[in-house]
Amino acid sequence: MKDPNKISERDVTPEAVYFSRRTLIRAGVLAAGAVATGVAYRHLNPVGQGKVNTPVIQGLVKPKTTEAGNGFRVDEPETSFQDITHYNNFYEFSTDKEGVAPAAEGFDTKGWQVTVEGLVNKPKVFDLDDLLKLSPREERIYRMRCVEAWSMVIPWVGFSLSRLLNVVEPLSSAKYVAFQTLLDPRRMPGQRSDVLDWPYVEGLRMDEAMHPLAILASGIYGHELPPPDGAPIRLVVPWKYGFKGIKSIVKIKLVAEQPRTTWSADAPNEYGFYANVNPQVDHPRWSQATEQRIGEAGRRPTLMFNGYEEQVGHLYAGMDLRMNF
Amino acid sequence: MKENDIRFIKLLILVNGAIPLALLIWDQSHNRLGANPQNFLILTTGMMTLIFLILTMAVTPLRKVTGWNWLIQFRRMLGLYAFFYGCLHFLCFFSLDRAFSVTGTLTEMLKRKYLILGSTALIVMIPLAITSTNGMIKRLGGKRWRALHRLAYVAAICGVIHYYMQVKADTRQPLVFAAVLAVLLGYRLAVYWQQRKPPAPTPAAKPKVAA
Repeated sequence: MKDPNKISERDVTPEAVYFSRRTLIRAGVLAAGAVATGVAYRHLNPVGQGKVNTPVIQGLVKPKTTEAGNGFRVDEPETSFQDITHYNNFYEFSTDKEGVAPAAEGFDTKGWQVTVEGLVNKPKVFDLDDLLKLSPREERIYRMRCVEAWSMVIPWVGFSLSRLLNVVEPLSSAKYVAFQTLLDPRRMPGQRSDVLDWPYVEGLRMDEAMHPLAILASGIYGHELPPPDGAPIRLVVPWKYGFKGIKSIVKIKLVAEQPRTTWSADAPNEYGFYANVNPQVDHPRWSQATEQRIGEAGRRPTLMFNGYEEQVGHLYAGMDLRMNF
Repeated sequence: MKENDIRFIKLLILVNGAIPLALLIWDQSHNRLGANPQNFLILTTGMMTLIFLILTMAVTPLRKVTGWNWLIQFRRMLGLYAFFYGCLHFLCFFSLDRAFSVTGTLTEMLKRKYLILGSTALIVMIPLAITSTNGMIKRLGGKRWRALHRLAYVAAICGVIHYYMQVKADTRQPLVFAAVLAVLLGYRLAVYWQQRKPPAPTPAAKPKVAA
């Protein structure tokens, strides 16, 4: 029951004013709610953030068009610098592909060294500058096919891994090359969670590692390699799924046995050691027959060995690629 | 709560539920969906479906715990939003991933377990959306209607597993969805067991109170 002695605001305010005030409050609540939802959505769904700015590389050697048969350049539209640097699988920084660039901003690579050891005549710890002086830095325009069925065309700067291997002189007992990423949870925040077994390890068979298409890349688009793409130096093996291209390498070890590689150890039925791009062998959970080329509207059919069959097919002659996926 | 206020809150939900879609369209037309807009659209619409399914399923426990019975008025709209975003999710997959190929969509759906689960979730939501009107509730009768709408549990469980199965290694986000869903389902199970308990062993001792 209403107490007749108590007068509410409603009783004294003229009805028209009261209702217009209520309408105003409601409009305010509606607007504030909409803005809050919008802000929350933006916050939970950020894209294209993080600044990427690295110096220009001097004295770059451009690939000759006449050498197209060697696979050193592909004549397909190059993916934009923005997309190459803001859509990355680099769990050391973030498991969100759009979140790597902001998380890797300011990643410090000063004093970077790469240890080359194992079954070699001349093991050596290289300062990055010395390593980059081993060979002229060339531009290589490669397709990059991620195991998640998206792809890019990337103008890398790098040189064949074989140049480095020849310098350290592998022993005949060396059958595989194992690579290792920096382990430093302070600089790589993603390593503070155990989403993968750190440090990241990848590997190649010796003949794969010696193939001229396999490169150590230290740049893209004529610039030093940006942190989200694996600064300062990474592996690129264009006929294999992207996860084989290990980033921010600190150690290269020549070994006799097939190394235990990170993704293959994490889910052996889903990621093989070879991981050659193969449209006929599906990932257990999704098809590998087509791919989303970043920057394009439709999907492209995926090519055998990512379009490098002519160059690398012979490495796998007689091998069951369904078993050795 | 006054009828007028209920109508206003319904408007609030209607507007807020449409905001993710509005922003998706805005961002798409301004080329701001990131490097892989196709994937972003599929993922975001899927996420919205799960969020609205969870919100729908949170209504009853929240209402029972707080005693705010008026909350029930908003459940239909939340559920319809879940179905709406689920349909958008499927349309994005059908158009962007499968290039409008019916056979391509069907073969892929039957081949992949996560797609079977996702389709199940969406398909069971169809009768729920159809029978969401007042007329349908009346025609079916409350008891039958409630039984049918327990399919929402199936949709939510399938939806969360569908999400979990596609994640490569970082399962934290789908596990959060799973945990919230477990709480909401756990609440219902607890209520169910309590109501199923046989009447007290000495019913005669308890004087019946007129309800």
